[in-house]
Amino acid sequence: MAYHSFLLEPISCHAWNKDRTQIALCPNNHDVHIYKKAGNSWTKTHELKEHNGQVTGIDWAPESNRIVTCGTDRNAYVWTLKGDVWKPTLVILRINRAARCVKWSPKENKFAVGSGSRLISVCYFEQENDWWVCKHIKKPIRSTILCLDWHPNNILLAAGSCDFKCRIFSAYIKEVEEKPAPTPWGSKMPFGEVMFESTGTAGWVHGVCFSDSGNRVAWASHDSTVAVAEGGKSAVVTSLTSETLPLLCVTFITENSLVAAGHDCYPALFVYDAGKGAITFGGKLDVPKQSAQKGMTARERFQNLDKKATSDTKEAVLESLHKNSISQISLLDGGKAKCTKFCTTGMDGGMAIWDVKVKLIMYIFCFVQFSWATVIPNKMPKLLKSFLLSSLFVSVFNSPSNLP
Amino acid sequence: MARNTLPSRFRGLDIDEYDENRFVDEQDEAAEQQGPDGAEVDALLRRGEMITAFHIALRNPPINSKNPAVKERAQAVVLRVLTSFKSSDIEPAVKSLDRNGVDLLMKYIYRGFEKPSDNSSAILLQWHEKAFAVGGLGSIVRVLTARKSV
Repeated sequence: MAYHSFLLEPISCHAWNKDRTQIALCPNNHDVHIYKKAGNSWTKTHELKEHNGQVTGIDWAPESNRIVTCGTDRNAYVWTLKGDVWKPTLVILRINRAARCVKWSPKENKFAVGSGSRLISVCYFEQENDWWVCKHIKKPIRSTILCLDWHPNNILLAAGSCDFKCRIFSAYIKEVEEKPAPTPWGSKMPFGEVMFESTGTAGWVHGVCFSDSGNRVAWASHDSTVAVAEGGKSAVVTSLTSETLPLLCVTFITENSLVAAGHDCYPALFVYDAGKGAITFGGKLDVPKQSAQKGMTARERFQNLDKKATSDTKEAVLESLHKNSISQISLLDGGKAKCTKFCTTGMDGGMAIWDVKVKLIMYIFCFVQFSWATVIPNKMPKLLKSFLLSSLFVSVFNSPSNLP
Repeated sequence: MARNTLPSRFRGLDIDEYDENRFVDEQDEAAEQQGPDGAEVDALLRRGEMITAFHIALRNPPINSKNPAVKERAQAVVLRVLTSFKSSDIEPAVKSLDRNGVDLLMKYIYRGFEKPSDNSSAILLQWHEKAFAVGGLGSIVRVLTARKSV
């Protein structure tokens, strides 16, 4: 676990380069700052100043080393490194509201921008005119698109929107690619076709993520639920209503487990069991504060009773690593299949890097299976669960952090 | 922009209502949802079967109905059941509910907060405390974000 505080302002969005030595982030203003890792510290190497409004989305293409940024000024720029300078290229998105999120496709020949104009702009590079052209996906989107994620086949695009739905669209552009093979989400994929639309969850969809194989999509919504849909003849949706504040970002770390974080300021693990069709909460992945339990004086107790009508000894101090909501998660190592490290940035201006022990995930998964399979009297699962959570904390503590 | 510094009295119209593309909630059928049966619940309360009355009161919530009278009636029934519980009985009653039940109970509690009467606030606060212990912040968030409320 490593935590670095970049700023005192929220980090609006961030993106890593291919070898994870540089991070591009927006410090809540019109610029993008690129920091380079130097030993234990981070030095600012570039400032990308072109946007006229807050930069709401950054994505860094690992292979072609291009950065795409989008902002509230309704523009997107594609930045290419020429020597030691990043040169921007304007992309005309033809939107009349702010852009909210941007993602490169897996093959990096196109990118998608979600905006407040209730549409998704899918942009690709037209060789003969030497500029970026965009196509719009409009129907049946009824409100702002908040988050996007591409399917590994470079064609399907999952979009979470403020009209309370998570949808999968086809973003097939015949000018730049071949016809796609059939997937569990459907076989006919003309541009703009809706392959899947979620029902049931209320609340804006803040984060959406495809699994590594692309057969599953998970989304986190503002009514404190996280849901997973599995593609197939009839898409099966399972959701978990949680007891925490809404989650803002979600990502798969193996095919069966997700990490999500949000307004509760800590990342949480969720395990999806396809056989049972259930999502279970796997535990908080955070460093609990080591502070000793101070004894309360009688005076403090009466004060609490007077002010808050409770003699609870819980302090009003956040015990998590991040001191404010976590707004974005990105995977650093291992990809979505076997992630070993992920990074979170939030509204406290800090960035934390978390280690994941894959064996731990398998361990939790097995435990969940075990507790379902055997017949256990009512009291037992609680015991197992507490044992599970405590062992989780112990292993997370003992994991050697190979980061500064 | 600050509302109290700019003259906005000319804004007599809500122009978003006239936008053709404005968001309209999906209209679901509300035929089956008439709210809990008041007479049945009363009979059970008189007999002293609190938990059964409680469960029946939480059945058939008029979530999709657009008829305010149905919603008022349902709210009155549930409030009657909630106020007739003793403080010590509240916790086992809440424990007997599943996840969706706790969310529904929270919706009724907050609806009850909207129109406080003499006795209701105190007892509703006790119900709220117990329901919060089970449902957590998530259940309150779901009350706030629900498009179709009780």
